[in-house]
Amino acid sequence: MLTIRDLRVSVGPLELVHIERLDIAQGRRVGLVGESGSGKSITAMSIAGLQPREARLAGSVRFEDRELVGLSDAAMAKVRGARIGFIPQDPTRALNPTTRVGPQVAEALRLNTDLGGAAIRARVLELFAQVRLPEPEVLYQRYPHQISGGQQQRVLIAMAIAARPQLLIADEPTTALDVTVQNEILRLILDLSRAQRMALLFVSHELGVVRAVCDDIGVIYGGRMVELASAGALAETPRHRYTAALIGANPGLPGGDEIAAMTGRRFAVIEGSVPAAGRFPAGCRFRNRCRHATAACAEDPPITPQGGNGWVKCWHPVGTEAGR
Amino acid sequence: MTALVEVGGLHFRYGSSRRGTGQDWTLADISLALPARGTLGIVGESGSGKSTLIRLMCGLLRPDRGALSFDGRPVTDWLATDRRAFLARNQIVFQNPRRSLDPRMTVARALAEPVRSLESRQPTDAELAASLARVGLQAEVLGRYPHQLSGGQLQRVAIARALSVRPAVLYADEPTSALDVSVQAQVLNLLMDLREDLGLALVMVTHNLAVVARLTEHVIVLHRGRVVEAGPTHRVLGSPENPYTAALVAAAADVSLARAGWDEAEERR
Ligand SMILES: Nc1ncnc2c1ncn2[C@@H]1O[C@H](COP(=O)(O)OP(=O)(O)OP(=O)(O)O)[C@@H](O)[C@H]1O
Ligand SMILES: Nc1ncnc2c1ncn2[C@@H]1O[C@H](COP(=O)(O)OP(=O)(O)O)[C@@H](O)[C@H]1O
Ligand code: SF4
Ligand SMILES: [Mg+2]
Ligand SMILES: [Mg+2]
Repeated sequence: MLTIRDLRVSVGPLELVHIERLDIAQGRRVGLVGESGSGKSITAMSIAGLQPREARLAGSVRFEDRELVGLSDAAMAKVRGARIGFIPQDPTRALNPTTRVGPQVAEALRLNTDLGGAAIRARVLELFAQVRLPEPEVLYQRYPHQISGGQQQRVLIAMAIAARPQLLIADEPTTALDVTVQNEILRLILDLSRAQRMALLFVSHELGVVRAVCDDIGVIYGGRMVELASAGALAETPRHRYTAALIGANPGLPGGDEIAAMTGRRFAVIEGSVPAAGRFPAGCRFRNRCRHATAACAEDPPITPQGGNGWVKCWHPVGTEAGR
Repeated sequence: MTALVEVGGLHFRYGSSRRGTGQDWTLADISLALPARGTLGIVGESGSGKSTLIRLMCGLLRPDRGALSFDGRPVTDWLATDRRAFLARNQIVFQNPRRSLDPRMTVARALAEPVRSLESRQPTDAELAASLARVGLQAEVLGRYPHQLSGGQLQRVAIARALSVRPAVLYADEPTSALDVSVQAQVLNLLMDLREDLGLALVMVTHNLAVVARLTEHVIVLHRGRVVEAGPTHRVLGSPENPYTAALVAAAADVSLARAGWDEAEERR
């Protein structure tokens, strides 16, 4: 349903993102994880046609037999309203502070569906119930600052799914929220995607979060996707050296009795820091921080297919000997 | 045996007469004891009062009720008679070094500032270089401004700065959550090493329970300004007794476990 080939997003001479391939089938949930500045938002926004003004797109994004790269703003806005929903990272900035939340969602319906009048209001209330907002009638009349961050995010989810899109794109939808609220929102997004057979592109810097929601996970570093695998395979048997190092540096909490053994235990480290855009080494972009780098890594690594529809872009993936 | 820091029945609220009632404390009835060289984790959801508590413990805010003492003396007493000595011995590192360090100050100036204000002297270049070396930075960054350093480097500067006045307690408020994931581990290991080498007590606010498990021996769980559970970290996180703690552990431990729970619930339906 969504097929990306060599999508390049650049600003001036600087290429911010180059996604060689990414496919999302109908109803499938795909996660994109990466550190800050890795290009997650640029990728998510470019697919939805919401990239920054100054950005140029090249390559191909095919969605339901239509090429999105090169579409006019007006045509893209139509696709986005009706067929692609977008949930932004920061709910406080995405809502208009001077308008009550109910009418804001009603406006989205007016623009993107054939509904009119009373039907719109009824549908908004239905959506509010669907995203599990308490007392929809009361919430309808509230201004954004009168509801909690979690409730604001629910309103934005209601807005994103209002026209029953085929693809929902969520850019770190829970990063601004509390851990306890976070799980409720993740659960909601997962349930909605299942119930409506809605495909999902879910972006986050936290692997655990993506894993809770997605079937497949792609890892992005320095604007490049380096690995794609099923959620379980990626977390348990990562192949790319960066994926493996990232998981090692950010371990989860073990259960029950094992916790006692954690006291004083050091974290596995990735040396160095993420370079600024434009400062990455040529060839594999992780090369200057990778313990397994060899001379070969100065060349752009090939994409090697793995099990299922997975692949890895590394000269010496985990499990091969060559890289020390 | 007296603890280094002791808190007993502490109450605090911002502003003096919020809503007029005696009920809505930001923090209510907080008691804890931190031994010299001890480690304490403070966890709880956003707004539960974690940052407020450590600001009280470092003397940046004054409690409305209850006892708060450092090294056997009430903190009010310290602040009245030995303010600078108290502040030097209780140092804090904040979440976002880009916000806590002045963008117009070079690293050298930022680093010298606590020694200048708390010890009334200008540290030598050799001291500054040694201070940076301790956190794994080269002397060459002394002339740089914050925007010329990465987040991880800046947080090292903030840590070096806090250590420059030889504190007995280092308070860290989410010290790695503004950093790249691949850099967080470096800073956390650094904190562990420094604590050991310098014999510091460490009080750590974080939402990451894996960090609490590795860095702290004791933990308190705050919920709406009250301590709902306290004890050895492995006991509190390993077999929580309070339902709120249990929810926190379930939510934060590994979200993928939550997924397993959801799927089971789905199948039972
Ligand atoms: N300067 C202030 N004036 C008034 N109220 C404040 C102030 N700072 C914090 N509060 C309130 O006090 C309560 C506790 O805040 P605090 O910053 O201690 O929470 P926290 O546990 O550190 O949360 P977080 O995890 O979001 O950092 C919150 O309700 C907050 O809104
Ligand atoms: N409008 C822009 N102009 C130039 N560079 C940008 C712009 N927006 C983002 N970038 C850069 O592109 C890279 C990817 O950014 P982004 O997609 O926001 O990262 P993420 O969402 O993964 O944190 C970063 O290096 C960022 O500084
Ligand atoms: S290609 Fe080379 S440098 Fe890059 S991750 Fe693989 S081994 Fe490391
Ligand atoms: Mg982003
Ligand atoms: Mg705080």
